[in-house]
Amino acid sequence: MARTAIEFRNVSKQYANMLQYAVAGINMRISEGSFITILGTSGSGKTTLLKMVNRIYEATSGEILYFGEPIRNLQIEEYRRKIGYVIQQVGLFPHMTVEENIGTIPQILKWDAGIIAKRVDALLELVCLSPRDFKKRYPRQLSGGQQQRVGLARAMAADPDLMLMDEPFGAIDAITRQNLQEELIRIQRKLNKTILFVTHDVNEAFKLGDKVMIMHEGTIQQFDTPYGILAKPANEYVARLIATQDIVQRLKVLKAQSVMLPVDAQVSDRAFRVGTEESLHNILTYFLEHDQNHVLVEDDGRGVVGKITWEQLKVSTRQGNFLSA
Amino acid sequence: MIKESIAYLLLNIDKYYEAVIVHLEISLAALAVSFMVAVPLGIWCAKNGRVSYSVINAFTILRIIPSLAVLVIAMPILGTGFVPALFALTLLAIPPILINTYSGFRNIDPSVLECAAGMGMNAGKIFIAIEIPLAMPLVLTGLRTSAAEVIASATLASYIGAGGLGDFIFTGIGMNDIRILLVGGISVALLSVLTEVSLTAVQHMATRYQRD
Repeated sequence: MARTAIEFRNVSKQYANMLQYAVAGINMRISEGSFITILGTSGSGKTTLLKMVNRIYEATSGEILYFGEPIRNLQIEEYRRKIGYVIQQVGLFPHMTVEENIGTIPQILKWDAGIIAKRVDALLELVCLSPRDFKKRYPRQLSGGQQQRVGLARAMAADPDLMLMDEPFGAIDAITRQNLQEELIRIQRKLNKTILFVTHDVNEAFKLGDKVMIMHEGTIQQFDTPYGILAKPANEYVARLIATQDIVQRLKVLKAQSVMLPVDAQVSDRAFRVGTEESLHNILTYFLEHDQNHVLVEDDGRGVVGKITWEQLKVSTRQGNFLSA
Repeated sequence: MIKESIAYLLLNIDKYYEAVIVHLEISLAALAVSFMVAVPLGIWCAKNGRVSYSVINAFTILRIIPSLAVLVIAMPILGTGFVPALFALTLLAIPPILINTYSGFRNIDPSVLECAAGMGMNAGKIFIAIEIPLAMPLVLTGLRTSAAEVIASATLASYIGAGGLGDFIFTGIGMNDIRILLVGGISVALLSVLTEVSLTAVQHMATRYQRD
């Protein structure tokens, strides 16, 4: 059982001179190692929620706990150094090179210069920038996508347990954004960080999140897996929000294991095998390209565990359609 | 003509040296004092949004008063000589440094500061490592403007008996002697150019990151 990384206990936030609460009475737990996307329109309170975690905004009431410890009790700078912070405007220090930007926190933590240099190289490699070409450049000599890669590398410099990301790919063109999303998924799988990721993009939220938190008017409307939300939207608002997703996007989110029919008998079938995590989108593509009508679902450890037929795929897709209509 | 000026200069070289030194002394002192007043005041204004408006406006209005007028007004209060001249020149040098310091700190991208805080830098570290270097180019622009004004206006200080290269210029005018006038005039011009060049070089170093 994973530990709880962040817990909100009845947290509310009201800005000065505002009648309405930006965030009202939030209770939730986020387990360590999970990738949570917070989805909502502007004014939904999603950014406020995120920025209360690292105390850029202070909660008006309620309590936020970091691994069981109320964050108010923690020394603020020390606490923030354990959290990677990435925002849409990137916020790189324009007068420092890429290397100096990434090394800022390790330097404050008084790491050895040699270790910092190695860390910078490793992080640049991780975000797919060649250290040799990029280390000595200044932020303004980089494209938007490259800047955000450096922003990501800088946020991970001191190996934080938690990453807070506020629409980090919001100002980046569609193609670069896709690449960055895929790299972020890869990085998260590899390093198993706890990530809170704010976005207003439904597809991005469903693509990245293990669980999606849907915010509206300062409250959580639904907090569930992408499949759980698609299959059973909690209310009218959620249903309308996810209806903006088209069928193909939805199939990309749904995983093989969520619709397969279990099989237990030994299977001698020679049909094509897919992993449990395979998206229905890829399975549909396979059906169409190979004129097949079923595939077998294979679990790494346990062999074949299920089966998906063409009929089933149609039913699940239609169900999704019906529910969000 | 130039030859005659040089001849005059060589003949009065001691007096000339003294005038240059006084001119530099009074200019540097005025710049130093105004820098020490205007930079902290500018930073304070940048961080305290509400009061800043009136302070900045007051100094902008102060800028309109010609330096000669300030010198003349200072005379009955502070008397003649070095101190009133220094006072008037300091008053003259404050506005450009103040206004530029203010905008320098004001114009820092708030997202940069938010990131710095969010990463876990404390206020002191943010001020030294982020805010000062980012505001520096504009602060230096202010200093350059002030330096140019002070060196030119220090000429007028000789009117209230503070000495400096103005002595040559006013003697030249008074005696209708172009040789003496040129010695003073060209020297002030050279001094301004030299200051400008060296401060530009400093500024160039402070803004290296803005170029490719």
